[in-house]
Amino acid sequence: MPRKTLARALLAGSALLALAGGACADEQHFPLQSYRVGPYAAGGTGFFGGFIDYLTLINSRDGGVNGVKLTWSEGETQYEVERGVEVYERLKSRPGIAAWNPLSVGIAYAMIDRVTADQVPLITINHGRTDSTDGRVFPYVFPLLLNPYSETSGIIEYLATREGGLDKLRGKTIAVLYHGSPYGKETIPIYDLLAKQHGFKVEQIEVPHPGNEQQSQWLTIRRLKPDYVVLRGWGVMNPVALKTAQKTGFPANRIVGNVWSNSEEDVIPAGEAAKGYVAITTQASGAEYPVIQEIVRGVYDKGTGNLADKKRIGSVYHNLGVLNGILNVEAVRIAQDHFGKRTLTGDEVRWGFEHLRLDEARVAALGAKGLFHSINVTCANHEGEGRVTFQQWDGAKWQVVSDWLKPDWAALRPIIEASSAAYAKERGLTPRDCAAEERADASTAKRASADGR
Amino acid sequence: MNPDLTFFIEVVLGGLLSGVMYALVAIGFVLIYKTSGVLNFAQGAMVLFAALTFVSLVERGLPFPAALAATLAVMVAVGLTVERTVLRPLVNQPPITLFMATLGVAYVIEGASQLVWGAQVHALDLGIDDTPFDIAGVLVSRFDLFAAGIAGLMVAVLTLFFRYTRTGLAFRAVADDPLAALNAGLRLPRIWSAVWIASGIVALVAGLLWGARLGVQFSLSLVVLKALPVLVLGGFDSIAGAIVAGLIVGAAEKLAEVYLGPLIGSGIEGWIAYVAALAFLLIKPSGLFGLRSVERA
Amino acid sequence: MATALTLRVAHSPRATGIVLLMALAYGVIPLVGSSYLFEAILTPFLALALAGLGLNLLTGYAGLLSLGSAAFMAVGAYAAFNLSLRLPGLPLSVTILLAGGIAAAAGVIAGLPALRLRGFYLAISTLAVQFFVAWAVNRIGWLSNNSPSGVINAPRLVVAGLSFEDARGRYLFSLTVVALLTFAAWRLVRSPTGRNLVAIRDHETAARVVGVKVARTKLLAFALSSFVVGVAGVLWAFAYLRTVEPAGFNLDRSFQILFIVIIGGLGTLRGAFLGAGFIVVLPLILSRLGAAILGDGFDSGTLEMVQRIVLGVLIVAVLIREPAGLSALLDRAGRRLFGRPPA
Repeated sequence: MPRKTLARALLAGSALLALAGGACADEQHFPLQSYRVGPYAAGGTGFFGGFIDYLTLINSRDGGVNGVKLTWSEGETQYEVERGVEVYERLKSRPGIAAWNPLSVGIAYAMIDRVTADQVPLITINHGRTDSTDGRVFPYVFPLLLNPYSETSGIIEYLATREGGLDKLRGKTIAVLYHGSPYGKETIPIYDLLAKQHGFKVEQIEVPHPGNEQQSQWLTIRRLKPDYVVLRGWGVMNPVALKTAQKTGFPANRIVGNVWSNSEEDVIPAGEAAKGYVAITTQASGAEYPVIQEIVRGVYDKGTGNLADKKRIGSVYHNLGVLNGILNVEAVRIAQDHFGKRTLTGDEVRWGFEHLRLDEARVAALGAKGLFHSINVTCANHEGEGRVTFQQWDGAKWQVVSDWLKPDWAALRPIIEASSAAYAKERGLTPRDCAAEERADASTAKRASADGR
Repeated sequence: MNPDLTFFIEVVLGGLLSGVMYALVAIGFVLIYKTSGVLNFAQGAMVLFAALTFVSLVERGLPFPAALAATLAVMVAVGLTVERTVLRPLVNQPPITLFMATLGVAYVIEGASQLVWGAQVHALDLGIDDTPFDIAGVLVSRFDLFAAGIAGLMVAVLTLFFRYTRTGLAFRAVADDPLAALNAGLRLPRIWSAVWIASGIVALVAGLLWGARLGVQFSLSLVVLKALPVLVLGGFDSIAGAIVAGLIVGAAEKLAEVYLGPLIGSGIEGWIAYVAALAFLLIKPSGLFGLRSVERA
Repeated sequence: MATALTLRVAHSPRATGIVLLMALAYGVIPLVGSSYLFEAILTPFLALALAGLGLNLLTGYAGLLSLGSAAFMAVGAYAAFNLSLRLPGLPLSVTILLAGGIAAAAGVIAGLPALRLRGFYLAISTLAVQFFVAWAVNRIGWLSNNSPSGVINAPRLVVAGLSFEDARGRYLFSLTVVALLTFAAWRLVRSPTGRNLVAIRDHETAARVVGVKVARTKLLAFALSSFVVGVAGVLWAFAYLRTVEPAGFNLDRSFQILFIVIIGGLGTLRGAFLGAGFIVVLPLILSRLGAAILGDGFDSGTLEMVQRIVLGVLIVAVLIREPAGLSALLDRAGRRLFGRPPA
C-alpha cells in the first residue's frame, strides 16, 4: 500500500473514531428497567413516565445538563427479578451510564453486587434495602429520601401530631396490616421498637399475597378496636383493605397508608370507601408546581409526553418520577461542577449523589417548592434526610393535611449501622472512611481553585 | 349476645359469603371440565377480560345495559374462538396438553386485554352501597348479600337450562358418557361451543362482582387461585359440589385465619384451604358428593 | 476426515452429538461468550433446564402432575443458604447434595397425596405445597437468617479453592452441575427403577400385577424429582440471581417449568433443554425483534403485551402441531436427515 493512501486511511479512520467518540462524549445515559405491564403496571407507567418527562424537559428546555444530552433506553421487567437482571446485563454496556433506577426492591437486591462491581450508582428512591442508607458499606446504593425504617418513624410522628404529641400515644392501639412478603415484613421490628419506646400497643396482621380477600383480617381488627390502622400494602391489597374496612365498619380516616399504598391506583378502585383515607408521601401530588407546569407546556403540549393518559399528570407516581428525575439530574449537575462538563463515569455520578444537597431555596429554584422539601445526601448517609408529608383522599384527589415532618433518624441510625456492619462482616468488606474522603475532596477542591488563580 | 359468639357468627357468615364468590369462579371451570375434561386455566384471564371490557365501555360513556350486552357479545365471541381454534384441534390429546393449551390462551387473553384497554386500574361501581347493616350485633355486608343473590340466581338459571332445554340435556348426556352421547348422534362440537359460551357468561358475572370488590385490574385474574381448592373439594364435575365446597372453603379459611392464625402465624389463608380440601379428600377419597371419578384413586 | 465423521455420526449420532455439544459448551463458549450471554441467557437456561429435567422425571416418566416445582426450588435454595451459613466448613458440593436431599424429603411429604389422588386433583394438591413453602420461608425468620427484609445474599461460589465468582465461572459451575445430574438422570431412566416409573405411568394396575411397589415408586419419583429441582433452585439462587427471595419461587415459576417440560417433550431428557431454550430465549428474541422493528423509544409496555400474545400463540401452536413437544420435532428432523430414527 502506498504511503499516502495509508496515511489517508488512517486519517479517515481517526476522524471516524473522533466522530463516534464525539457522539457519546456529550451524552449521559439512563437505562430504565421499567414495568408497563403486569400487576404493577400502574405504578411503573406513572413513575417511568414522570422520569422520562423530566429528562425530556431538561433536553428540550436547557439542551441537556450543561450541554450534555440526557438519553435513556427501556427494558420491560414486569417487576420480575430475572427480567430485571436480563435488562441490566443487556444495557450495562451502553456508554455513559449515569445511574440505575429500577423502582423494584427485588431487582435492586439482585443488582447490589453487580453495580458495586461495575461502579455505577443504583437509586432506590423511597424503597430498597434499609441498611444501604449506610454509604460506608454500600458505596453505590442510594435509597434516596426515605427508607422503610424512616417511613415507619414518620408515620408514628404523624399519628402523634393527630393525638397532640408523642406522649399522647401512650396506651393507644395501632394495628399494622402488612403484605405477606419480605417487603411487608421489613418494618415489624421497628413498629415493635417504637411501640416500646412510646408506650403504645401494636398488633401486626399479615395479609397473604395478593391480598384480594381480607375478611378475616378486618374482623380481627374489628374485635381489636384499634385507634389507627397502618396499611403497609401493595397492589390490589390496598383497595381491598379500604373496601373491607368499610364493610366491617372501620372509618377510613383512621387508616394511614405507607409509601406503597399512597397512589391514586390504590384508592380509585375502592371508590367511596377510600374517602378520608390518609397516606404518607415524600412528594405532594397535583400539577400546580412550576416544574410540573413546565412539563405540561414544554413536553405534553408539544406531544412528546410519556403518559398515555394526560389526566395522570401530577398523580403520585408521576410526581415521584419527576422528583426522581430532578434528583438524578441534579446529581449529574453537581458531579459536573466537580469533574467537568462532559459525560461522566458512573463513579463520578456516584460522587454527585454523595454531594446531593438541595436546600429549600434550591428546591424552589428548580420549580419544585411544595413538591418536596429538601435532601441532604452525604457519604455516610445515602438516604439524605428526606421529609415526609401526609395526604388525604377526598374522593377525587389527594389533599395535603400535614406539615413536612421529620422522621426520628437519630434513633434509627444505630439499628441501620448494626445491620450494615453485619453485612460488611458477612461479605468481608471494609467500610469506607467517609471523613478521610471528604478531607481529600476538600484539599483537591482547594488545589483546583489555587490552580485556577 | 355474648361478644365472642357474635364474633364467631360474623366470621362464619363472612366466610360463607366469601365462599359464594369462590364458587362463582369455580362454576366456570366445572362447566367446561364436565363436558370436555379440560381444566380451563384461562378462566381467570376471561374474568379479567370481561370485567375490563365492561368497565372500559362504561367509562367511554356507554349506558350500563348496552355495555353489558356488548361485553356479553364479546365474551361469547371469545368463548367460541377459543373452542374453535384451540380446543377443537387438540381433541383427543391428553388432559395435561389441553391444560397447557389453556395456559397459552390465558397469556393471549391477558396480553390482548391490556393491549386493548390499557393497564390502568379502574373502579367498578355496580350501584350497591357497601355499608354494613347490623343484625343483633352481627355486621352483614350488603354487597356480599347481593353477590350471593346473583350467584344463586345464576345457578338457578343454569340448572333450569340443563334440565329443560335440548342443549342442556345433551350437555348432561355428554357429561355422563361422551361415547354413548356420540353414538346417539349428539354433535359434540356444538355442545362444546355451548359450554364455552356459558363459561364466558359465568366469567362476566364473576368479573363484575369480583371487579366491584377489588377494582378492575390485572390481579383480578388471580381469583382462580381461590377457586382451585373449591374444585378439589367439590369435584371438577359438579356444580352443586362447587357451591357447597365454596361455602365450606370460605368458612374454614376464615375460621382458620382468625382462630388458628394467632397460634401458628397469620397469613395462612393462602394455603390452608388447599390443605383442608386435601385432608378431606384423604379421609373421604370419593369427595364431597361421592361421585365416582377416575381421577381419584 | 469428513467421511470418518459421517461414519461415526451414522454409527451413533446421539453420542456424537452429545460429545460435540459438551465440547462446544466447555471448549468454545467460555472463550467466545460475552458476559451478557453467560449472565442473562446461559446461566438461567441451565438452571431452568435442570428444573425441567427434575419435573420431567415426575411428570414425564412417572405420570404425576405437579404445580409445585418452584416450591422445591425454594426449599433447595433456602436449605443450601442455611447449610452454608450454619455449617461454614462444609464444602460447596456437599452443601448442594444435602440441599437436594432436603428438597427430596420435602418432595416425599408433598407426594403423600399422590397415594390417593391422581391427575388434576393431585396437581392442585401440589399447589398446597407451593403456597405453604412461600408462606413458611416468609414467616420463619430463621430461614433467612432474620434478615430484616427477608431477602438474602447468596454465599460465594468456591469449590476446592477455585472461585467461580465471575460470569463465566458461574456458567461453568452451573454447566458442570447440570451435566452431572443429567448423566445421573440418564442412568436412572434406564435402570429398573426408571422402568418402574414408566410402568406406573402407563398402567398402574398392570404395574402392580407385575410386582411394582406402586406407593413406594410414586414417593421415590417425588423424591428424585424434588432432589433435581432443589439443586436447580440452588443454581438459580447462587449462580444466577445471587440473591434468594421468596417471590422468585412463585406460582408463575412453577408454570414456567411445566411449560418447559410440555413444550420440550414429556418423558425425554433433552426435552427439558429444548423447552428451557424455548422459554428463556424466545422472549428475548421477540423483544429484540420488536425493538429492532419498532425502534428503541417504542413503548416497552405495548411491546411486552404483544410479546405475551405471541408467546401464548406459539405455545398453543406447538401443542397443536406437535403435542409430543420439540423433542419429537427434533426426532422427525433427525429422521429426515439420517434416514432413520436416532438410536
